[in-house]
Amino acid sequence: MNPARGSLLGIEHLDTAEILKILKFARRMNPDKPRPLLKGKRVVLLFYEASTRTRSSFEIAAKVMGAHTVLIQSAGSSIEKGESLLDTGYTLRAVGADIIVIRHPNAGAPLVMAQHIDVPVINAGDGLHEHPSQALLDAYTILRNKKSFKGLQVSIVGDIFHSRVARSACHLLGKFGVKVILCGPPELVPDIAATIAPGVRVTRHLEDALRGTDVIMLLRVQKERLAGMQIDLPDYISRYQMTTARLKMAKKDAIVLHPGPIIRGLELTSEIADGAQTRILDEVHNGVPTRMAILARAVGRMR
Amino acid sequence: MGNHKSKSGSSLLIKGGHLIDPAARIDAPMDILLKDGRVAEVAAPNQIKGADEKFDARGLIVAPGFIDLHVHLREPGQVYKETIATGTAAAAAGGFTSVCIMPNTAPVVDSPEWVHWLREPERGAQVSVFPIAAATLASKGAILTDFRALQRAGAIAVTDDGKPILDDDIMREALTRGAELNLPIVQHAEDVRMTENCAMHAGAKSFRLGLRGMTAAAEASVVERDVHLAMQIAKSRYHVAHLSTADALKAVRRGKRANARVTCEVTPHHFSLTDEDVGDYDTNYKMNPPLRSASDLEAILAALADGTVDAIATDHAPHAAHDKEIEFERAAFGITGLETALALAITKLHREKRMPLARVVELFTAGPARCFDLRGRGSLGRGCHADVTIFDPKKKWIFERAKSLSKSRNTPFDGWKLTGRVVATIVSGKIVYPA
Repeated sequence: MNPARGSLLGIEHLDTAEILKILKFARRMNPDKPRPLLKGKRVVLLFYEASTRTRSSFEIAAKVMGAHTVLIQSAGSSIEKGESLLDTGYTLRAVGADIIVIRHPNAGAPLVMAQHIDVPVINAGDGLHEHPSQALLDAYTILRNKKSFKGLQVSIVGDIFHSRVARSACHLLGKFGVKVILCGPPELVPDIAATIAPGVRVTRHLEDALRGTDVIMLLRVQKERLAGMQIDLPDYISRYQMTTARLKMAKKDAIVLHPGPIIRGLELTSEIADGAQTRILDEVHNGVPTRMAILARAVGRMR
Repeated sequence: MGNHKSKSGSSLLIKGGHLIDPAARIDAPMDILLKDGRVAEVAAPNQIKGADEKFDARGLIVAPGFIDLHVHLREPGQVYKETIATGTAAAAAGGFTSVCIMPNTAPVVDSPEWVHWLREPERGAQVSVFPIAAATLASKGAILTDFRALQRAGAIAVTDDGKPILDDDIMREALTRGAELNLPIVQHAEDVRMTENCAMHAGAKSFRLGLRGMTAAAEASVVERDVHLAMQIAKSRYHVAHLSTADALKAVRRGKRANARVTCEVTPHHFSLTDEDVGDYDTNYKMNPPLRSASDLEAILAALADGTVDAIATDHAPHAAHDKEIEFERAAFGITGLETALALAITKLHREKRMPLARVVELFTAGPARCFDLRGRGSLGRGCHADVTIFDPKKKWIFERAKSLSKSRNTPFDGWKLTGRVVATIVSGKIVYPA
């Protein structure tokens, strides 16, 4: 079965027109001026993995638009008792879910759900695969700070291998011809990463990534996903930590993004986290209108 | 046998076919007379007279019965996936008259009692079943099983398939004891320390899908170690199961050049598909070893042609829908393969790569028979077992998994247009397919 219309499973298979449509609609969304586009709809937030930003902003977005939301987390639900992903999906369908927002530790889980259940499925992050709403809110944030994608260079620094944010960002930016530079040690940034989208290249040297860049996206070293991989953190910090001095290598008007959670003193210093060029809290703020657009699109009300 | 189309003691004449018997170096029109479960006579067309029954094989290839060195029939313990009866019915439909069955069942086949049990007539086997027993107790890799007792009970080889024999000392000891008994040690070559949580081959596709990948080195490093040991231990016999990488082939070649008794098999899916075919999390493309890179596939095709590979084996691994219709990373490894093996070999090797049919047949017959010393099988010389596979190498057909005789449907080849189809399968002189 093909996924239901309005599903958002990843950026890879979206075209640029659709992405721009979502971003344009998001710009019209104002969380402080509610529009009841989801009035009476049931939005299920199915979270198999911990989340602060994504969950709360999907929930706020849904409520602002008049939807009922139900949060289901692994602990305290039938998932804990061994219910399969599809049986959970069938159950949610039966209780009348209109949209299923799913976060799952396994790549491809939202697709499996969408292939079997005729309810729009929104991927809120699946394993190492994609995090499409994050890529869209980052694009929204970039376009709030830069005129357009034209001629831009975005440098993504850190744990690319374990990052669904990085994969979605590469797909999105690659579609608009943005030059993307992935930077980090081979364990976290394998050479093969350059094959993910057009215009993506890999470098081991932070200076190479930063020189003349417009956007710096920092990623956390995901200790919980390292699975036995040994990373020398002091070495990582000395080579890749974003500092005020290093930021000077980028363009003067460069902005710093981070999908969070940030670890001060690891991938960035406190000065950077709180600095004038940093847009980390803007990203969180922009997450709500972006997700409003995604939810409106899911029920065919993105007009 | 579940089928009695010809009475015991009666004879069957296969007439008008083209016999390909690589072990006997025959590739010519020949008639064959089967009698009392054995080959009674092989002669030029129309020379043999007076048989009880005749099989008209005009326009068809007549070959020794196919041997599959690597099949999971899931008994004992997992009969919801497959049984010996259903799995061997699928084998017969695929032209296999002998299947070597893997011990990673529940419980693991690590005792002579279970080996006997597998061979009892009550299991309802449609073709000959040769158990491969576990190499270590419960296949835990720690304590070797009683090879001698297992061999006496009918085990033709030992393996911990599904898992590797990883410990250096255990592997050395297994090869040493195997050498005393002329018993092959079959290795599932995977350094599991390098493949934890991995769901497919490590490459561009796995990166894109966000799946942790198994490197080629995780297979090759084990084969390299094993070949090194096999070269040191006189008379030891080592067989690589489902070999899938170019580097593992290099190690096998080194062993063969040194005259070590090293053999290997490859599966139809590893010569037909690559990791790029995995698509969007289709679990019917998830198996272990995983589909590899295009360059590994090229190396496998070359090794099939040049003789480095001894046999095509299916690694038929049936799983129920609920083992497969789940998250890719959590889904069971393995696909079914008995009913598509010959057609894939003819389509991919013979027609696309111009491999002579005689070599294709050898990879299903004489090759596997040599790997595990299956005496009187893999050839149709006078006195051999009356196991015959008759196929039409030009028949075009579409494989539909819904029509499979296996209990399970986990195959990526559903709807594939294939060339080459089994017309009849004969075991001990009796036609078991079509049933």
